[in-house]
Amino acid sequence: MVEVLDKVDVVTVGVGWTGGIVASELAKAGYNVVGLERGRHQKQEDFLQTKDELRFDSRYDLLQNLSKETLTFRNNPDMTALPMREYGAFHLGTGLGGAGVHWSGVTWRFLPYDFEIRSQTIDRYGEEKIPEDMTLQDWGITYDELEPYYDKFEKTAGISGEENPFGGPRSNPYPTPPMKDTAALRLFRDTTEEMGYQPFMAPSANLSEQYTNPDGQTINQCQFCSFCSRYGCDFGAKSDPINTVIPTAEETGNYELRTSANVTEIIHEDGEVTGVRYVDLNTGREYEQPAETVALTSYVLNNVRLLLQSGLGQPYDPEEETGVIGKNYCYQVEFSGRAFFDKQYNMHMGAGALGMAIDDFNGDNFDHSDLDFLHGGWISLRQGGRTPISSNPVPSGTPGFGREFKEQSIYNFYRMLSVGTQGASLPNRYNYLDLDPTYTDEFGNPLLRMTFDFHEQDRNLATFLAERIENILEEMGGQDISVNKELGNFDVEPYQSTHNTGGVIIGDDPETSAVNSYLQMWDHDNLFVIGASAFAHNGGYNPTGTVGALAYRATEGMIEFLDNGGGQLVTAKNKSKLT
Amino acid sequence: MSDKKEKQFSRRDFLKTTGAATGGIIGGSLIGGFIGSGWASNDNEIVGSSEDTSGGDNASSNDNFAEARMFFSRQEDFDVLVAATETIFPEDDNGPGAIALGVPFFIDRQLAGNWGSNARDYMQGPFAEGEDTQGYQSPLTRGEIFLQGIRRIIDESVERFDHAFVELGEDARVEIIAAFEAGEIEMQGVSSSRFFQLLKQATLEGAYCDPLYGGNKNMDGWKMKGYPGSVMSYYNVIDQEEFEEMDQVALKDHMNSH
Repeated sequence: MVEVLDKVDVVTVGVGWTGGIVASELAKAGYNVVGLERGRHQKQEDFLQTKDELRFDSRYDLLQNLSKETLTFRNNPDMTALPMREYGAFHLGTGLGGAGVHWSGVTWRFLPYDFEIRSQTIDRYGEEKIPEDMTLQDWGITYDELEPYYDKFEKTAGISGEENPFGGPRSNPYPTPPMKDTAALRLFRDTTEEMGYQPFMAPSANLSEQYTNPDGQTINQCQFCSFCSRYGCDFGAKSDPINTVIPTAEETGNYELRTSANVTEIIHEDGEVTGVRYVDLNTGREYEQPAETVALTSYVLNNVRLLLQSGLGQPYDPEEETGVIGKNYCYQVEFSGRAFFDKQYNMHMGAGALGMAIDDFNGDNFDHSDLDFLHGGWISLRQGGRTPISSNPVPSGTPGFGREFKEQSIYNFYRMLSVGTQGASLPNRYNYLDLDPTYTDEFGNPLLRMTFDFHEQDRNLATFLAERIENILEEMGGQDISVNKELGNFDVEPYQSTHNTGGVIIGDDPETSAVNSYLQMWDHDNLFVIGASAFAHNGGYNPTGTVGALAYRATEGMIEFLDNGGGQLVTAKNKSKLT
Repeated sequence: MSDKKEKQFSRRDFLKTTGAATGGIIGGSLIGGFIGSGWASNDNEIVGSSEDTSGGDNASSNDNFAEARMFFSRQEDFDVLVAATETIFPEDDNGPGAIALGVPFFIDRQLAGNWGSNARDYMQGPFAEGEDTQGYQSPLTRGEIFLQGIRRIIDESVERFDHAFVELGEDARVEIIAAFEAGEIEMQGVSSSRFFQLLKQATLEGAYCDPLYGGNKNMDGWKMKGYPGSVMSYYNVIDQEEFEEMDQVALKDHMNSH
């Protein structure tokens, strides 16, 4: 028996950054909002014992329980996908605040180039520069149009930073000054400056000073304790949904949060979404929550899965190149190189987003005429705070265990520095998401199936960035430099990055995109699908800044939609599909 | 089990007898004697027996009730685990090895919990070997892998050296563990290199975890590595050029501070 509840204006599926932003903005505008979060309730007090590497970094205490739900993976359509049985390449968050609680806090804006990547590439290099299987698309929105929303998200989170010399124009400086630098960061800055590059402090949601945001929420000054990425902050010094947008929503009196509420279906009839069905995980009871508008605000992968499971939108077919749901799944070309130094650096101190960056080799900031790839990535020395279980750096040739391993790993704990990159991930026709035909979750529903591999674009990009990293490490005076220049195939086992993107992509044409520039579904006016699922490709940066900006823009669309009694907010470039 | 005479070897004697310096295959049948109360105490003390000056008979005075087996049902298996972890992370001039840091009991407890039974991993079939890029695909739990791996160490020692693993000198033990690391040992449903990686990972976890888990005894692992643990703030020192040495702080120190 499914109990049907009273209708509300807005229901959000998931309560992390995007669900929290929808809740705060819509509730402030006077609409009643229900937030359904399948994980546990969380607040700062839950993290007072957070400085525990074994629990959070080795055992993944804050992550989704894979025994209940995971996804399956294969590199290409000829392989049989198998479940990701334990954590590896990326980390799925759960609980109130979602992955926004365990994130590092690096908060970039994408480059103007990113939003018009196809047109600008063709303008500069000709259409033949885009490889045949690269389904590269413009986003249907420009940087200038998105800028006010970047500004709004940065103010909500109080981001600490200094201006990126290669970034798009800003309406305001960062709300708080850049983080303190360190001996290792200064070495990277001085070295890259001498090499003719333009180093600057990475933008950080670990704040340089205490800050009160426009909604009246206060975020504390970061203490550089290092327990950031994979941890919740015990000091309230990392901006996350539970210290910003969720309390803002709650203070309006228009917001009701339900945790342990797992949405299994978005209910729809004749092109209109009527609400969602969810299971109360404490009782096993099923409920239907009717709503005027539904905001699908879970993680990227679950946004795609819920649409497919609910029969919403046309599933993408890589052979026919039809459909849109699951299309342009992208990731990140993320890797680093390391070297050893005589000096001991305080690498156990740090913060998730503490880093010195150069953007000289990102986007189209450098000439690609004679290069066999597009785009690039930010290169940096980051100091997130080294911990003793996971970090046992040894020079090449050291045995994997025993006396020499122990000696070297202890000696070098503070003497190794690494320089890394987050390379852009551009779409490929055969990288996509759909439902698995074999494996199911705890309710018997099909798992999401990920088909993904690195292609020539990614491999050439990686080799190029690896050479830049190697040069920097050499100039820094590092010894025994090691950088892997061969990207190989994507392997789901070693951790790389929780920057999964795409599958419900933004655009100006319903033939090639799933949502308009307000993240409103082209074919279901009252469904907004919000998150990195909207990225038409992933830039050479951490995605959260762009996720936040898109979410704020989506809330403006939702308010307009509710104020004006519905309808499409954007006129489609190609209407054929909608008739 | 070992007899009384063997139990009276000190940790230093163990190092002398089984260390790389001796070069021989046989190291003396000692490992069983380490399990008890005295091993993790000061360097000069005699290891666990009724004559142990640290009071091995009177466990309560040592607060070592937790040093009993939760997961391993056979003493022999546990003894091999003890010797294997010490081989991976031996006592040296830097400081204590796996045994003195409490690693074997740490691993025993971890295997008895969620981690050992893969409670938070997806363990539903059908199972297929898959490609190298598809990650772990075995129906075996970590606990089962450990048991199978330990038994394979036992067999391999007898096959190669005609002696129990715990009787071998360090070079011989290293040779066997290295064969597992290289994936050369036949195992069922899992590669020996994966077992090695689990064993190494768990050993390092036991050496460097917060002492609340029973490893990193007295925070000696952290002291050895110069790692200060769960320090609340580095705000005043983060930007300095010089390396900063600090005293160790454990989670227990934060228990009443809020």
